[in-house]
Amino acid sequence: MTLVTFWFVVVVVFWTGFLVLEGFDFGVGMLSGVVGRDEDGRRQVIGTIGPVWDGNEVWLIVAAAGMFAAFPGWYATMFSGFYLAFLLVLVALIARGVSFEFGDRRDGPRWRRSWELATTGGSLLAPLLIGVALGNLLAGVPIGADQEYAGTVADLLNGYALYSGVTVVLLCLLQGASFLALKTSGELRDRARRVGRLLGPLTAAAVAGFAVWTGATAGSWSVFLVVAVLAALAAAWQVGRGRDGVAFAATSLTMAAVVVSVFVGLYPRGMVSSLGASSDLTVTNTASSPYALKVMTVAAAVLFPVVLAYQAWTYHVFRSRVR
Amino acid sequence: MSAVDWSRLQFATTTIYHFLFVPVTIGLAFLTAILQTLWYRKGHPEHLRLTRFFGTLLVINVAVGVVTGLVQEFQFGMNWSTYSRFVGDVFGAPLAMEGLAAFFLESVFLGLWLFGWERLSKRVHLATIWAVAVGGVLSAAFIMAANSWMQRPVGYQLNAAGDRAQLTDIWAVLTNIVFLWAYLHVLAASLVTASMVMLAVSAWHLRRRSNTPMFERSAKLAIVALIPATMLALFFGGRLGINETTYQPMKIAAAEANWNTCQPCSFSVFQIGGGNNDPTPTKIIAIPHLLSVLATGTWNGQVVGLNPLQAQYSQQYGPGYYIPNVFIQYWSMRVMAYGGVVLLLLGLWGAWLLWRKRLGDARWFLRVAIWALPLPFLMNTAGWALTENGRQPWIVQGLQLVRDAVSPSISATTVIISLSVFVLVYAVLGVVDVLLMAHVARRELEPAPAAAEEEAPVLHFTY
Repeated sequence: MTLVTFWFVVVVVFWTGFLVLEGFDFGVGMLSGVVGRDEDGRRQVIGTIGPVWDGNEVWLIVAAAGMFAAFPGWYATMFSGFYLAFLLVLVALIARGVSFEFGDRRDGPRWRRSWELATTGGSLLAPLLIGVALGNLLAGVPIGADQEYAGTVADLLNGYALYSGVTVVLLCLLQGASFLALKTSGELRDRARRVGRLLGPLTAAAVAGFAVWTGATAGSWSVFLVVAVLAALAAAWQVGRGRDGVAFAATSLTMAAVVVSVFVGLYPRGMVSSLGASSDLTVTNTASSPYALKVMTVAAAVLFPVVLAYQAWTYHVFRSRVR
Repeated sequence: MSAVDWSRLQFATTTIYHFLFVPVTIGLAFLTAILQTLWYRKGHPEHLRLTRFFGTLLVINVAVGVVTGLVQEFQFGMNWSTYSRFVGDVFGAPLAMEGLAAFFLESVFLGLWLFGWERLSKRVHLATIWAVAVGGVLSAAFIMAANSWMQRPVGYQLNAAGDRAQLTDIWAVLTNIVFLWAYLHVLAASLVTASMVMLAVSAWHLRRRSNTPMFERSAKLAIVALIPATMLALFFGGRLGINETTYQPMKIAAAEANWNTCQPCSFSVFQIGGGNNDPTPTKIIAIPHLLSVLATGTWNGQVVGLNPLQAQYSQQYGPGYYIPNVFIQYWSMRVMAYGGVVLLLLGLWGAWLLWRKRLGDARWFLRVAIWALPLPFLMNTAGWALTENGRQPWIVQGLQLVRDAVSPSISATTVIISLSVFVLVYAVLGVVDVLLMAHVARRELEPAPAAAEEEAPVLHFTY
């Protein structure tokens, strides 16, 4: 495997890690009103992700920074091309992030309601738009021979990309519901399970559609598409039987397979140009120099295992149910 | 105004805003860790209450710092795509390392610290706040290495087409002399800022005579930290200035509104007029030799003026205007330097009161300490104004101009939309943050918890 391919894999790992880990945070955020209902319930629901969401969001930072470092051309085109969409992602993440820290710190119904809206709305908007952005990488947007984005906002609103966004949101919801069922007890757990049972079949159907559409768009059929469909079916089945742990694992696997399948469909491209294959961004025509990649490989090899170890330890420390 | 101007305005606005929170986070994590260590060592319940009290302020700050930091990272690609393509090789690496080495450490361990009071042993829990503090110190390292490369590019080679700077020596990037002094300067400034936050909050409570013994402790810690931090910030800033005279002479010449080469050079304490269209400002007080000492570290050093530098750059880089905004340079330099002296005097005043054991009754000192709180924030902003404005019109000194760095696909209208959104969101965020900080900072503390509760405080999402 060349260094360039290796870094493509690393970038995929970062994006996948982000969407799997922050996926259930988004889901929990969207469901905080539905499952939590009252003030105390809502506090418990948010409490399930309280210790971990901030660390999970750092995966987005390293995903973007990893792209910047390893494939500056890809990063530059994607972030300038999806400008207004990413502006909304930032606003959503800001609103949601501070709502966790601010919402509980003062009394008053208006203060609380405003922050609840920020939690729910931000948690919905961010994965929706990131899903649309991922879909657009594969669906193709106008990119000129100079690698610059040559389209408008309207070019980002194509069917496959929008469908990808909806699929990601559904997966976040199912992940969030099964995570809540796993981490809460009593009424909250019952409500989370009910939501999960409702969402399970719908999500599985959506993922099946996504697999077909992705294969057709990419023009190739990877094993990850099959994994995604099987894992989604398993998730829907297990969530119905009330096996929360297995259901959560299966949904997380589905999310991972969905994200990976998009990138596998892309490779060796980073972004498809709708103006002709000669303008496609590829891993080779956007990559950093071999020396830079080597430096980054050493840094990542030293740092990444340590990060994984202490992040895993966090989940171990906070493994018990929230009271 | 063009898309370049709007993008500059947006980046300046969001950077200044982001950096209101960053130094508080870096410094306050360190001070909170010290408080918790004192509690761990001596078991005094007031240290525990102080740890929690200032820890809450820290957490609120981190939340805003993290989300506004994400905006900074996205903007390189969103608004400065040509720059990103040009420097990604060199600039992206430290940014990625920052995420892996620092942000994970900070975020993950802050979660552990905040929610781990009852789940972790005292010793491990203490280690988590130190990990947060180390994460903060590391994050500043990588971003300053990246920024210093823009001030003084090293360890790179232009590719054949001349449209990409490729990394050839990461060691050179990480040992850049500009990085060394700028980094230490930022760390010291962070400690100054956090000490002032701690001092002002403590002073507010001392004036109201609420929890006097407790806030005397935190005021003492703040004063003890403030004095050396201010002295170090002044010293490191001075060393940075001397290096900038070598690598970015334009920056220093503009900071002194020094149009013609001088030797020896006097320092103007303040002036009337000045700016790019007024090469003969009225200098009110001039201290002989001081500029030579500050800019070169020697008694009779020569400081090259703006006019000869402009002539030299026009010849070297082609026709163009290479002089940064002189007014901003001149005054941001002085805000920092004079503010530093004021804070040092404040710290010494406080130390004298501590020594005489009269701090709690010193009405005037406490009043001044509260009103001085905006000063470190103003100085931090001035510092970035000085260093970033002083590099203009370059985005990477000598290699790429700001006007060539912008995203070609982004129109002025688009940037106006995003800038308006950021201003609106940040304004709401700022108001809420200040309200909340004030609310928490002014909150009357409950009496010290009973010993049993203290061992295992029940903690949900907030205290």
